[in-house]
Amino acid sequence: MAEQVAFKRTSVLTDDYFHYCPGCTHGVAHRLVAEVIEEMGIQDRTIGVSPVGCSVLAYNYLDVDFVEAAHGRAPAVATGIRRTLPEDRYVFTYQGDGDLASIGMAEIIHAANRGEKITVIFINNAIYGMTGGQMAPTTLPGMRTTTSPNGRDTGLCGHPIRMCELLDTLVEPKFIARGSLSSPKLILKAKKLLRQAFDLQHSGFTFVELLSTCPTGWGLTPDNSLAWLERNMVPFFPMEVFREPGKMPPQATPYHPDLKVRDDAPKAEKKTEEG
Amino acid sequence: MNRVEIDGDRCKACGLCIDACNKHLLTLSSDLNAKGYHPIEIHDVEECSACALCGVICPEGSLAVYKEIKPKKGG
Repeated sequence: MAEQVAFKRTSVLTDDYFHYCPGCTHGVAHRLVAEVIEEMGIQDRTIGVSPVGCSVLAYNYLDVDFVEAAHGRAPAVATGIRRTLPEDRYVFTYQGDGDLASIGMAEIIHAANRGEKITVIFINNAIYGMTGGQMAPTTLPGMRTTTSPNGRDTGLCGHPIRMCELLDTLVEPKFIARGSLSSPKLILKAKKLLRQAFDLQHSGFTFVELLSTCPTGWGLTPDNSLAWLERNMVPFFPMEVFREPGKMPPQATPYHPDLKVRDDAPKAEKKTEEG
Repeated sequence: MNRVEIDGDRCKACGLCIDACNKHLLTLSSDLNAKGYHPIEIHDVEECSACALCGVICPEGSLAVYKEIKPKKGG
């Protein structure tokens, strides 16, 4: 009987069983990254940087070279890898919201601002998963966590940080997009975003945020978690492509030596009029 | 006939594939796997359209879906 493969586990994933909780979308995100690497045929020249958090053991599951970074410092480690290895390598970091948006805020902002040629995959599930469901910088207002038992008080802790919008204020990033892993349709869309980011990686900094679930941390069943994500997270974290080729911000006016303010300023002004 | 291969030992019984299947062909079995979960099983597999939505949503990568290539009519 002739048959074709409609869906199969990609060979870029190792045979190890994921340690994630049932229904956790980390597994989906890992698979999408692996599928993109397989499609592009770059398994032998891809280097990943794993974070601290639930996905700290990502190097066990993706069959590519991996470096484990200190908490939040994955973009800084990726910068070093990118700058020392030949140009044809693909470098990506895989970070959660506690890692990237909290302790790693300085590293991500400056890596983006320098326009490092790396891809950052940001898993946003609005909570610290590994340490036991504490409030993260992305926790929604009023959301109950173990460190905000009465719900996040915006007067005390501020509003959640929207990383895509924050990085969109910088000039250098070449691709910034937010996707979601809450339904098969959105998962396939998210894969396209990841592919686009990897394709654009050699032109500059690329960033993909994926809205994810944490059934254990949220105290919900896996299917209710997906519904909760769509109902509560999507309104605050809109799924958009913020930055792509053809959607770039204006560059800053470069410093011009004729415009320097000194005692010969009138002379310089005269010069420009003549020119 | 289309075919779904289930790696029962990977399954963690999260049930996301059960909701994703438009034809409601997947259920949790009463057996236990090596991890102690009730893995999913497929019934009425001849109804399966090989849309592979179950495989796409599965966080564990425990499903593989194969679509039968039907010979062309009159060929």
